[in-house]
Amino acid sequence: MESTFIVAAIALMFPLFACLYRAIRGPSATDRVISINVIASKTVAIIALISFATDETFFLDVAVVYALMGFIVTIGVAKYLEYDDVS
Amino acid sequence: MILSVFIIFFLAAGIFFFSVGTVGLLRFPDVYTRMHATTKCDTLGIGLILFGLCLHAGLSFETAKLLLIVLFVWITNPTATHVIARATYHAEARREGVKSDD
Repeated sequence: MESTFIVAAIALMFPLFACLYRAIRGPSATDRVISINVIASKTVAIIALISFATDETFFLDVAVVYALMGFIVTIGVAKYLEYDDVS
Repeated sequence: MILSVFIIFFLAAGIFFFSVGTVGLLRFPDVYTRMHATTKCDTLGIGLILFGLCLHAGLSFETAKLLLIVLFVWITNPTATHVIARATYHAEARREGVKSDD
């Protein structure tokens, strides 16, 4: 079962790097923000898969914190886009 | 044995939805349509993958943590997408000098 999780994590890497193309080449700042948001979701899934593949389940706490950080980044950039200011 | 089949099915379905969302993000022509594609990707992809891991973990503390992640992602991702869509709409309206209609 561990090798299944490793294969699933590797299979998630390819869409992640494809999203990186949109984050670099995106025409507007909103494209970059939504592609970084998707990359954060995929990273949470990969961290959960690796934590079960290596049987170190305290990595799930890292996944919780990463989900929180992605949300805060998205909200901050959206506020900057709307008001041209983050204060 | 039958549990392994279910776990592999859920993981494969999650990877499928992530790939579909990525194709939508790369190929759709507009910011709002790209946002639509990635929201499907977030909700279904991460939900199915973490639910498959829940089946592997069984009734334990790890399942509680995984369900906490799923609940958190399902609350925050639609909120984040809504906030970004609103910000983009207002910024476009301000840039083009028209008054937004909400």
